[in-house]
Amino acid sequence: MSILVDKNTRLVVQGITGREGEFHARQMLAYGTAVVAGVTPGKGGQTALDGRVPVFNTVREAVEQTGANVSVIYVPASFAPDAIKEAASAGVALVVCITEGIPALDMISTYTFVQETGARLLGPNCPGLLTPGEAKVGIIPGNIAMPGPVGVVSKSGTLTYEVIDALTRINIGQTTCVGIGGDPIIGTNFIDVLTMFQADPATEAIVMIGEIGGTAEQEAAAFIKAHVTKPVVGFIAGQTAPEGKRMGHAGAIISGGEGTAQEKIEALEAAGASMAAQPTDIAQMVKQILQP
Amino acid sequence: MKLHEYQARDLLARYGVPMTGGGVASTQTEVYRIAKEINGPVVVKAQVFVGGRGKAGGVKLAKTPEEAELVGGQILGMNLKGLTVEKVLVAEAITYQKEIYISAVMDRATKRVVMIASAEGGVEIEEVARTKPEAIIKMPAHPHLGLLEYQAREIAFAIGLTDSKQARQFAQIALAVYRAFKECDASLVEINPLVIRDDGSLQALDSKILLDDSALFRHPDLAAIRDTSDEPEEEQRARAADITFIKLDGDIGCMVNGAGLAMATMDVVKLYGGEPANFLDIGGGADKDKVKTALEIILSDPNVKAILVNIFGGITRVDEVARGIIAALEEVHTDVPMIARLVGTNEEEGRKLLADSALIPAATLADGAQKAVEAARARASA
Repeated sequence: MSILVDKNTRLVVQGITGREGEFHARQMLAYGTAVVAGVTPGKGGQTALDGRVPVFNTVREAVEQTGANVSVIYVPASFAPDAIKEAASAGVALVVCITEGIPALDMISTYTFVQETGARLLGPNCPGLLTPGEAKVGIIPGNIAMPGPVGVVSKSGTLTYEVIDALTRINIGQTTCVGIGGDPIIGTNFIDVLTMFQADPATEAIVMIGEIGGTAEQEAAAFIKAHVTKPVVGFIAGQTAPEGKRMGHAGAIISGGEGTAQEKIEALEAAGASMAAQPTDIAQMVKQILQP
Repeated sequence: MKLHEYQARDLLARYGVPMTGGGVASTQTEVYRIAKEINGPVVVKAQVFVGGRGKAGGVKLAKTPEEAELVGGQILGMNLKGLTVEKVLVAEAITYQKEIYISAVMDRATKRVVMIASAEGGVEIEEVARTKPEAIIKMPAHPHLGLLEYQAREIAFAIGLTDSKQARQFAQIALAVYRAFKECDASLVEINPLVIRDDGSLQALDSKILLDDSALFRHPDLAAIRDTSDEPEEEQRARAADITFIKLDGDIGCMVNGAGLAMATMDVVKLYGGEPANFLDIGGGADKDKVKTALEIILSDPNVKAILVNIFGGITRVDEVARGIIAALEEVHTDVPMIARLVGTNEEEGRKLLADSALIPAATLADGAQKAVEAARARASA
């Protein structure tokens, strides 16, 4: 078992003829993901990835003709909100937006629109998700993951790779690895993913990686305390970040003493999570929980 | 992007918010001229991006134009927490009965623009939130329709503005704040304090605006007024190269791909007893030139005694990073010890490229951080 994507995932890639879209569509296909369609307005009727994937003008056509049920978006920030809305209204269940730099105000109306269609949005500005051995949707390197019992959820990209890699190196595999993104307005938050991991019978332990800024980790801590019975190992990046400076991600800023690593760590510890002092400790901590 | 007080003031005035009279000056003569026009007591305020300007002597009251000229001369050119004051705002000094608070913020939790108001103005809203949370009113704007007029009225009554004329004026100001937020793609528009004058009318005394950097592409007029004077030269150079760089006070330079991993790298350096000299994210898919620029920026800091390169290749190719480091070292000769921890896409090739260099290889982040801390200590005591 796994969450969100698996062997039944039929993926449409929006922006498949662009540089980023083409590169990653090729990687996803090579991983074994069923990349069934691409969309680039005006290039309908062509093919991509050496003739292996048909290209459509609209997501609706792609869904109707190929049965696509998940979309991944690699289009520039100024076009991405519309691409998200197009995918959601075309009936895919999950829309994954990799694009970074989308204005936050655009995401407020886009998020609300997506909710009204019943679709789920992951991102934007996220690395996507990966169910090892089944489907890779986004940009997480496939070779660092292996199937197993740990669910991974994170705000960050490369830091998540670091943790997945460390788990795999000591032979601990993952059910699904989900990058929710570090923007202020995102479609799927920690609580949504924790709910799914808690319900997934194959997930035996959960790794949660947060960052400074906002209160999503504190809200997740309250949720863990009330609803998560599976063991949670956590890490918060930005323990040394100064106040008032934005650390790369649009959301990663400590303002007025709010959103510090310390308060997040304390909240998660109080909720029963085991907190790692450094990311590389996470794998060993999970191992001790799973194989005491 | 931050706006100066005078920029925020001009912008809000365009949306119909009643601001105090006055203007911005960069010479004593201009200060005098503006004070003379106001023809009454003025307050002269330093326009620099530092907190606690007042306490540091950057805000002064003057009763006459002559006095304004004098204090203007004291404040202009003053060094406030490392920044030189180049502009002052000369504003009409007014008397008032009460200070209130109004702002529009981007709220992650509700995924809405939320209006925040309080009858307790003049102090930091975070302070009010801690000590008197019941004094804070929050009103989320509709995601498609925005702040509605009845909501603006509800806020006015909720903070105790029961006089109908006053409530109406407050509602107009709240709607203007929301409009400014929306049309300028802000992440914060704050008026604090908004004061109730002796005649009962409302007036904004100080305001703060933060803009969403991701939306600046559609606001060239606002992007053009960015003041980078509070940013070190290297931070500006990094931004031009699409690198995120923040200078810190330590002595271990860090070069990392990805914001989360960059923060975690700093944390691990600190865990092993070191102090990071910077936050640096070369971003995804960085090429040779970008890596070279990043290294030059790190090396321009004379405090740096060791450099830790931590790359987890995904989209970023480790061999490209290695080529960038080699190219940089050919031009920037340095004896600062460099520790490289490179894994992921094309790592074998990357390691081979660096095998002949002076770089110290590290197997893990912890190993790299320990080696960097040791190297920095050895250099400091040498």
